[in-house]
Amino acid sequence: MPLDLFDKFDPILSEYNSLPDGEENPFTVSMEKVLSPTTAIINGQETILAGTNNYMGMTFNKECMKAAQDALTDQGTGTTGSRVLNGTYNSHKQLEETLKEFYGTDHAIVFSTGYQANLGVISTLAGPKDYVVIDADSHASIYDGCAMGNATVVRFKHNSPENLDKRLSRIRRDNPEAGILVVLEGVYSMLGDQAPLKELTKISKDHKAHVLVDEAHSIGVFGETGRGVAQEQGVEDQVDFIIGTFSKSVGTIGGYCVSNHPKFEALRLVCRPYIFTASLPPSVVASAAKALELIANTNLRSKLLGNSLRLNKGLSQVGFKMGTTGESPIAAIIIDEQDIAVAFWGEMIKEGVYVNLALPPATPNRLNLMRCSLSAAHTFEQIDFMLEKFELVGKRLGLIQKTSERALA
Amino acid sequence: MTLSVDEIFEKICTVIAPFNKKNISIGKDTVFSIDLELDSLTVMDLLSEIEDEFDITVPLNMLPDLETVGQFTEAVQKLLAKDLEDK
Repeated sequence: MPLDLFDKFDPILSEYNSLPDGEENPFTVSMEKVLSPTTAIINGQETILAGTNNYMGMTFNKECMKAAQDALTDQGTGTTGSRVLNGTYNSHKQLEETLKEFYGTDHAIVFSTGYQANLGVISTLAGPKDYVVIDADSHASIYDGCAMGNATVVRFKHNSPENLDKRLSRIRRDNPEAGILVVLEGVYSMLGDQAPLKELTKISKDHKAHVLVDEAHSIGVFGETGRGVAQEQGVEDQVDFIIGTFSKSVGTIGGYCVSNHPKFEALRLVCRPYIFTASLPPSVVASAAKALELIANTNLRSKLLGNSLRLNKGLSQVGFKMGTTGESPIAAIIIDEQDIAVAFWGEMIKEGVYVNLALPPATPNRLNLMRCSLSAAHTFEQIDFMLEKFELVGKRLGLIQKTSERALA
Repeated sequence: MTLSVDEIFEKICTVIAPFNKKNISIGKDTVFSIDLELDSLTVMDLLSEIEDEFDITVPLNMLPDLETVGQFTEAVQKLLAKDLEDK
């Protein structure tokens, strides 16, 4: 009898089926009504959103909403076409101009999602005779970009300059002429750690490799004008390509790549995830452009990082094992047992706090995480509410000691 | 210096040892995902150690064809031979 195509998913299905039913299941939760960047109705209850990557709280920004509404009224709901056919409106070109200005680069290309930006740029830039060298903890879109392309893919140990150097040395020893693309992320999303870009770009350049940095979780969050970690660490001139997304700090959806490479525009002719999909709807384009303008001209970064520090410090003080310290907008509690992590999530949603349950293989070092991403829109009251609930649930599940026990210990 | 297949296999076994949590006996037929119960991420970590042990590049692209210790040994042997040829 021929095989059922779905048989291969049996192991994952059986794991999925062991999850709790109903409102405690983290994979079936839905937002009944979103009230603001930091609150929603979930399971009939007003809930604080503590895991939505909405770093700047831009989703309900009045100016962005107005820009989107105007564009919707004037230009309709969608473009119904590819950027290379009917899908390029003046506003798409204008958005690319805004990005060029924001980054001070010669070129910018907008994609329909951040995922597609990585998929398209990585798979297209690195051809059959080239090498892509990626960090072990890279986002799925980077791994998928490698899988879609024809280059030789090499992986180096997360954030290790020495390990990268070894691999680049070997590639150069075997192939002095090969094109090499080194792919890094400004901030790694699960634990919020930054790449040591100074060291990594120096090594890459010593081996004559091109450098791509994905700033998905750092645009708006780091750097003097919010360009990201490359700006923060002062290495923008060492980075050949910056990829980013509109779906976090920018508050909508879409992706982009900016560069000073003189031939960069060639990508529009050869990059399939750019060509063979419909372009962004005008309302999305309008709100993205407005948000970029606001990010460049308002400093929400200190508010955001202040919020993160408050949550991180508070969680660590009550005794949680932390994966983060508060230097990024991420606060992640490490939970050793996966079933406790799942139960923790269920208790938190019942208490009115939405966080991310992050499990292997999406996490580094096979960690089970209760991951929060802070927003500049969170108030201290909301953060203190989260802290109160985390402590309550932590004690309920025996992850942290009761205050009296702590005093005795 | 050319390593024999057996020498390569021995070296690979040494690299695998810390990943062999249940202390099973390793043969060329040992399957990483089933016998050693390694997930795909751990196999990638193992691959990285093998790269450093033999000072070679083992592209991730080869991973789907490297299910057993024997296949790994053969791949390393080929890559070492190719390096020798290039020199």
